[in-house]
Amino acid sequence: MNSVIAIEATSLGKTYGHVTAIQDISLTVHKGEIFGMLGPNGAGKSTTLRILITILPPTSGTATILGHDTVKEAEHVRSLIGYVPQERAIDRFLTGREHLLLLGDLYHLPKAEAKQRINQLLQLVDLEEHADRPAKTYSGGMKRKLDIACGLLPNPEILFLDEPTLGLDVQSRLRIWAYVRQLKEQGITIVMTTNYLEEAEQLCDRLVIIDEGQIRALGSPNELKTALGGDSLSLTLKQVGEHDFQHMSNELESFACIRHIQTTANGLDIRVDSPEKALPTILDVANKVNCRIEGIEYHRPRLDDVFIAHTGHAIKGGVPDEVTE
Amino acid sequence: MTYQHLTQEVMALTMRWVRRLSREKFSMLFTLIQPMLFWLIFFGNLFQRATDAQALQAPNYMSFLAAGVVVMTVLNNGLAGGVDLLFDKENGFLERLMSTPIHRTSVILSRYLFVTCITSLQILVILAVAFLFGVTPITGLLGIAVILLIGMLFGIGLTAISMAMAFSVKSHGDFFSVLGFLSLPMIFLSSALVPLSVMPGWMHMIAFLNPMTWVIEAVRPLIITGWAAALPQVATATIILLIFDALCLYGGSKAFQRAIG
Ligand SMILES: Nc1ncnc2c1ncn2[C@@H]1O[C@H](COP(=O)(O)OP(=O)(O)OP(=O)(O)O)[C@@H](O)[C@H]1O
Ligand SMILES: [Mg+2]
Repeated sequence: MNSVIAIEATSLGKTYGHVTAIQDISLTVHKGEIFGMLGPNGAGKSTTLRILITILPPTSGTATILGHDTVKEAEHVRSLIGYVPQERAIDRFLTGREHLLLLGDLYHLPKAEAKQRINQLLQLVDLEEHADRPAKTYSGGMKRKLDIACGLLPNPEILFLDEPTLGLDVQSRLRIWAYVRQLKEQGITIVMTTNYLEEAEQLCDRLVIIDEGQIRALGSPNELKTALGGDSLSLTLKQVGEHDFQHMSNELESFACIRHIQTTANGLDIRVDSPEKALPTILDVANKVNCRIEGIEYHRPRLDDVFIAHTGHAIKGGVPDEVTE
Repeated sequence: MTYQHLTQEVMALTMRWVRRLSREKFSMLFTLIQPMLFWLIFFGNLFQRATDAQALQAPNYMSFLAAGVVVMTVLNNGLAGGVDLLFDKENGFLERLMSTPIHRTSVILSRYLFVTCITSLQILVILAVAFLFGVTPITGLLGIAVILLIGMLFGIGLTAISMAMAFSVKSHGDFFSVLGFLSLPMIFLSSALVPLSVMPGWMHMIAFLNPMTWVIEAVRPLIITGWAAALPQVATATIILLIFDALCLYGGSKAFQRAIG
């Protein structure tokens, strides 16, 4: 059903002087899906998004939004999309309602229609009570909600969200997730960036993992996890003999039931096809090399594992980038 | 892009600047007080004794200075006109504006419109204060209208320079350094404070190349001499300003394109 293409990017690249922000980014977003871009700070998520929303010309490659080129038909593209920037792009002297009224005029909405939509949106993001206070009196979460209302004002076909929940408390985050799902139900296509694994997993139908300006993996969270193959066993080990964990790891590697091993600070992370078959082998080997097993944890592959497998490092937890205003 | 869309955008963006100013009580007060207090009363009395009425070819220094104060106000407002766009650029608001389907120049137009309105109001305040001190523009209301128009014409180029700077600089510290670097010599190397005739030769030369001088030399006769002396000066200033504006707009649009695309 999700076969109509909403966004098509082909080999996008962007360099700033000799800094390569992104390189060879190609992706396809289907109509009606929530598409995620997951990556650590500086990965190139915002850069990719800015190119898609036409405010940054790519150094190389092309992108089309609902069939329209982001460079040649920029103005038309802008009339189809809504954008929620990563920074709280708020004018502290204007009230929430005035922000929306301003944008209403910039999207050329007729006054009456704008008024009505603004009331609906303020209700949706739960800002009605605060709508007529200058934004400088808003909390971070309220500013974020206003940001989202601004992005929705044009009633866009595609909504771009740049780290929609960065720095929000758990409750606000859940509210925003709920809005995003609600929007999807209304048929809006959503492209969002995040550096929270959980958010990507909970919300996105499909996602790309971006690291150092390049796409490392693409698929639905489940596909990505299944593609890794196997479940994970985390062993906490205590070294008894002269051999270290590495030794145990070397011993284990030759067994067919073991897919992948990684040493950690206090043990081993082992990916296996079937824990039932692998566990006896692991216990045997541990005995043989004189390693005492202090704990075993078993889990289905998580998106963290996917991330590590594709980038070679863990995602650096999103340090909230609080605006100082 | 239709005409209605453009008007809707420019009006909405201009209203934003007006709203901002009305919320910033201090800067609103300052906007009103600065032109009258700072320049006319203090400066006027201070230099009065030091200057020879003969060289001024004006009844008194106050009437001589009025033109300078008017044009300095245009200069300061014009050159500072881009600073709010710089803040918009820094906090991401500009990006939000640019992601909407507006005509790219609406933002700039709105800023120019706003700065021009404020400047014109300030010029009227300056002339009103001058009036209280006995200086009445000799060419009357029509003359005042011409002064405002000249101010607007000068303002176009100045605002363009300011916006070009706002879009090119890396930080607002840089912006203000360049601003000071530009505005002080433009004031002192012009006939704002002293007549061209008393300047040393080299200074005279530089003042001659300064568009500011030409504007002042057009405004001053409108205040103290009369139409006959003013008209040729106004014509010259208009031509010079058209060239000045064209150059500034060209440079400004290059900077704008580079920054925003
Ligand atoms: N205007 C610019 N000039 C120079 N380098 C830039 C500019 N904008 C971005 N970069 C660089 O491009 C890279 C990608 O930046 P980008 O903002 O796209 O990252 P991101 O994935 O959005 O990160 P974050 O999670 O921190 O928002 C970074 O290395 C950044 O330093
Ligand atoms: Mg970003």
